[in-house]
Amino acid sequence: MRNLWIIAKRELHGYFTTPMAFVFIAIFVAMTGAFTFYIGRFFDRGQASLETFFSFHPWLYLLLVPAVAMRLWSEERKSGTIEQLLTLPITTTDAVLGKFLAAWLFCGIALVSTFPIWVTVSYLGDPDHGVIGLSYIGSFLMAGAFLSIGACMSALTRNQIIAFIAAAAVCFVFTMSGLDLVLNFFRTWAPLFLVDVIAASSFLVRFESVTRGVIEFRDVVFFLSMMAFWLFATTVAVDAKKAA
Amino acid sequence: METMVELDGLSKHFGPFVAVDGINLKVSKGEVLGFLGQNGAGKSTTMRMVAGFLTPTSGTAKVCGHDVATDPVQVKSLLGYMAEGSPSYEDMTVRAFLTFIAEVRGLSGLAAQVRIEDVVTKIKLEDVIDRPIDVLSKGYKRRVGLAQAILHDPPVLILDEPTDGLDPNQKHHVRTLIEDMAAEKAIIVSTHILEEVEAVCTRAVIIGNGKLLADGTSEELLRYLPEHNAIHIVVAPEVAFEAATNLQRAANISDVTQVIREDGATEIRCAPNNGADILDAVGTVLRDNAIPYSQLFKNRGDLDSVFRQITAGGPTDA
Repeated sequence: MRNLWIIAKRELHGYFTTPMAFVFIAIFVAMTGAFTFYIGRFFDRGQASLETFFSFHPWLYLLLVPAVAMRLWSEERKSGTIEQLLTLPITTTDAVLGKFLAAWLFCGIALVSTFPIWVTVSYLGDPDHGVIGLSYIGSFLMAGAFLSIGACMSALTRNQIIAFIAAAAVCFVFTMSGLDLVLNFFRTWAPLFLVDVIAASSFLVRFESVTRGVIEFRDVVFFLSMMAFWLFATTVAVDAKKAA
Repeated sequence: METMVELDGLSKHFGPFVAVDGINLKVSKGEVLGFLGQNGAGKSTTMRMVAGFLTPTSGTAKVCGHDVATDPVQVKSLLGYMAEGSPSYEDMTVRAFLTFIAEVRGLSGLAAQVRIEDVVTKIKLEDVIDRPIDVLSKGYKRRVGLAQAILHDPPVLILDEPTDGLDPNQKHHVRTLIEDMAAEKAIIVSTHILEEVEAVCTRAVIIGNGKLLADGTSEELLRYLPEHNAIHIVVAPEVAFEAATNLQRAANISDVTQVIREDGATEIRCAPNNGADILDAVGTVLRDNAIPYSQLFKNRGDLDSVFRQITAGGPTDA
């Protein structure tokens, strides 16, 4: 646990020594704003809620979270620092969780940086702050799930571009899996229960209820188990490279 | 002597390629073991397995009695390891990087600061301590790698080409550091600079195609050469024939050859039987026959020749 935090601290420090962190946060904040005000027609709706703001998060994450995740392991492997990291007296799990935690906290910082929109909506009207708070938590959990997929893809290759594209593709499948686009592909041949499982593992469907302020226990469990699964897969991938 | 590192049948296959093929080796406290081999011979792969970065295909590697396969964290905490090219987090300053290593190694607060100061002084990193690693010269980067390896004062040190890319003064400095630490630790140093072996190592092994080909002190390795301990005598051409004939009869001399030198003198080379010391025998022959000579010297041979002889026929590239 102690090691995990030391790794996370170093990693987080790494984000902020380059302009990358600031560029990312600036773009994230700008894009959430642009989506909400222009595409989401925030003002025309005349509602004091951030439902439109949150409804764009899955799509933003689809693009931006793989960009954060792609460097997690690929860069270490490419620059050779992975040899330094994995010969320190820590377990692979420490390293995997520590690096993930740093990236997740970083996403959290980006998410928190969107607070002016909360201030704006409070100034203009009287929103349900509980709903907004819960939506932020839900969004943070979803970012973690996206990130864990990206971490796993990054552990599989030393090429960051491949890691990015693979992560975006897998994330896309999980985002869309509740929609007919994906489900029709499975309906033709897969048994009904499998189609149900796929439909149930859609980030979009899970997150939809969250944006309305309904955060169910099973949704929390869903996002947490996604993270657990993909991070376990990351550990397996990192160890497998040692044995290759 | 206390055995610190023990490799038993250690092997590593990458698909069909056998990188390391059943290496058995013991290194004791107080030893500085030179790890020699051509590029691609399996030196780095072997070291990476001991350091826990690669999992052996078969065989075991133990550090202070702990098996790296079953007890990796314990092994890693007993080990100081500097990887080839000493990769470190280049966006960090030297101080931040060493503080990170100290924390992971279980040092914190004042103890960590004292230890970092100590190592930084020893390795002469004071001038660059607050600079980011990526702007440092190769020599400094290598020293940062060395600093992180010895930060926790480990009983076992594994250094993969620690002097690669350093200038002669820096090389000398690194060798001095290794010598200073030698008594308290077991140290394994890989290199393909053979003068280094004579300079710092108490023992050397030669690896080729993943196999252990030779193991001994540099003196023992030199005995692989037929010309080791040969005596060369330079005489005038008039007495060359007489000298050679008499030398041929002396005990322990296996072969006598004559070479005409550029200056017209003749050089007689006497090769010994099994590297025996034939200096006295040659001296006696020259005295008894009153043969005048202008030079007489012993040829120890050099490790480069040993290395070439032992690894000849192996692959020439990685």
